[in-house]
Amino acid sequence: MLLTILSLIIDAVSYGMALFIISIGLSIMMGLMRVVNLAHGAFAMIGGYLASYALVNLGAPYLIAALIAVVGTIIISIPFELLLYRRIYRKSDSLTQLLLTIGVTFFIIGVMNFVFGPTVKPVPLPSWLSGPVDIGFRMVPAHRIFVVICGALTALALWVLFDRTDFGVRLRAAVDDSDMAESLGIRTDVLYLLTFALAVGLAAFGGVVGAELLPIEPYYALRYMVIFLVVVSVGGAGSIAGALAASFLLGLADTTGKYFMPEYGDFFFYAAVIAIVFLFPNGLLGRESG
Amino acid sequence: MNGLSGLLLAAIAFSMLGAGAFADTIKVGVIGPMSGPFALYGQNFKMGIDAWVAEHGSKVAGHDVEFVYRDEGTPNPAHSKALAQELLVKDKVDYLAGAYFTPDAMAIAPLLAEAKTPLVVMNAATSSITTKSPYIVRTSFTMWQNAVPAAKAAKAAGAKKVAIAVSDYGPGIDAEEAFKKTFEGEGGSIVESIRMPLSTTDFSPIMQRIKDSGADMIFTFLPSGPPTLGFVKAYIDNGLKVQGVKLISTGDVVPDPDLAAIGDAGVGILSTYHYSVAHDSPENKAFLAQIAKDGGKVGEVTMTAVAAYDGARLIYKMIEATDGKRDPDKAIAALKGTQWMSPRGPVSIDPETRHIRQNVYLRKVENVDGKLINKEIETYKDQPDWGLEKH
Repeated sequence: MLLTILSLIIDAVSYGMALFIISIGLSIMMGLMRVVNLAHGAFAMIGGYLASYALVNLGAPYLIAALIAVVGTIIISIPFELLLYRRIYRKSDSLTQLLLTIGVTFFIIGVMNFVFGPTVKPVPLPSWLSGPVDIGFRMVPAHRIFVVICGALTALALWVLFDRTDFGVRLRAAVDDSDMAESLGIRTDVLYLLTFALAVGLAAFGGVVGAELLPIEPYYALRYMVIFLVVVSVGGAGSIAGALAASFLLGLADTTGKYFMPEYGDFFFYAAVIAIVFLFPNGLLGRESG
Repeated sequence: MNGLSGLLLAAIAFSMLGAGAFADTIKVGVIGPMSGPFALYGQNFKMGIDAWVAEHGSKVAGHDVEFVYRDEGTPNPAHSKALAQELLVKDKVDYLAGAYFTPDAMAIAPLLAEAKTPLVVMNAATSSITTKSPYIVRTSFTMWQNAVPAAKAAKAAGAKKVAIAVSDYGPGIDAEEAFKKTFEGEGGSIVESIRMPLSTTDFSPIMQRIKDSGADMIFTFLPSGPPTLGFVKAYIDNGLKVQGVKLISTGDVVPDPDLAAIGDAGVGILSTYHYSVAHDSPENKAFLAQIAKDGGKVGEVTMTAVAAYDGARLIYKMIEATDGKRDPDKAIAALKGTQWMSPRGPVSIDPETRHIRQNVYLRKVENVDGKLINKEIETYKDQPDWGLEKH
């Protein structure tokens, strides 16, 4: 019994971490830049496609392919930022943001479908990430351990970035009161561009690392968007600890539900969402929207 | 000749023009997944049909045959019914073919009687489909057909406690029933029976449950595509294979194009299936050569290609038997009992069930000359649709 509970917790943590890595970028965009970016899934998908291409067609090693994916996605996203996103930060209303970003999503789906075709593209794991690892009382897929480590490092790095660096201080100032920040000489447009690149880079990284759970195919961008939005909303937009907590709790609900009653499918995941949002309307650690 | 008889003659001449010119075109509407996660299998429909047409030409008994394709996408009965209606009413097809998913085939069945159109099912594998209309004939397989030999093979391989994990829809439930009935009938015991939702991507909790049940073998079925790859990888990555829990499935779970993605870790996985690309016969070699000649990749050939190839043969036979006229009873009657040598082996159409009888092979994943293949290690001859034999 105890072994089963421990086992479920391990599964929950690894599933939750994959969700965290993909969703934290969206949390940053929604919380810090106040943009409901429905194209977040599309950028994660682009990352997955680039990694798949690098691994399968160019024969690159896994970590290099992940790097290519992240950098490549950021480069691809820059025109979107300069031409489109720049106009909808902070001051515009949610409907405009929704329409714009949904449009971007459909555009990217169409392009990917045309360039890569409709089939699922694999992101093959290197031998050191495949297969089971014996941690004593059970075998865990090596890839899952890698995801957990990546997630922990990402959370740590982001916390250091936002709480302990100048960049973080300036970004939080620009978010809290952008007019004041600008009059103090803080270049908010550069800040936003860098944060946008960070969010998109994280999305791409999540797309690559989570490709085992969420297979890369053209409709990925829409298919999993609900899951990402849910993780961000449950955790509270803009909060790293909130996103972590939400990912873990939802991962636990999903894994436990699928263990005991697999026929019910995603029911427990969404039931947990309803319960948490009912109790914490701004998410677990979210701030009141200002 | 006065004006009236001249007019009459002209009218008769015009009506003869309309009533079926001799170089008419017989249209066949093929509904298959041409895009989306299962697009490979729809493309295989086309590969099989193109191979047949390349070998036998596009004319039958003086009539031109034209195949038109429509995209089934993902399982969506309402959408498939609409596609079939459009094909029947707008494109005026004489034959319908394809149907990758069971729910879609079921949705098309009620249209056939009114439209007087035969349907050649080229994949959907639930046994009861052929009972829904006397105008349905199937060239693919059924879950019972492949799962009954799987249970027998499991027993022969020494399995005593089996955990069953299937996708929660028609074919999955068929596979579960077929395996359970046969395996328990031979004295084995089923220790766990799990039904997984079709949208599942994370199979770790299910692997945990299977491990907790103490099974020594897993029997599984999922629809070929991303779910099967995910399941096999979870089986390997969660350590069940290393710990000695064997895996047997119907061949849908180890489609030949996926073997490279599964890798050497998959060597030893058993499956029972009616077709393996590595099947060693002159007909199969010729079939694959024709596909390669048409520009297809042999590494992407799946069971739907051979089902479509044989389906095209049956359609040509029906056109010949009815001389291009719309007579579904005559067309179907001409097919009952017909036998031929398919690229998969010797096959025939069962006169009672209108389903294809064929050999089912027990295969093992093996690394032969650096390539992973499903190697046939045993043959269960002339298997009928066991699902309909019982009822």
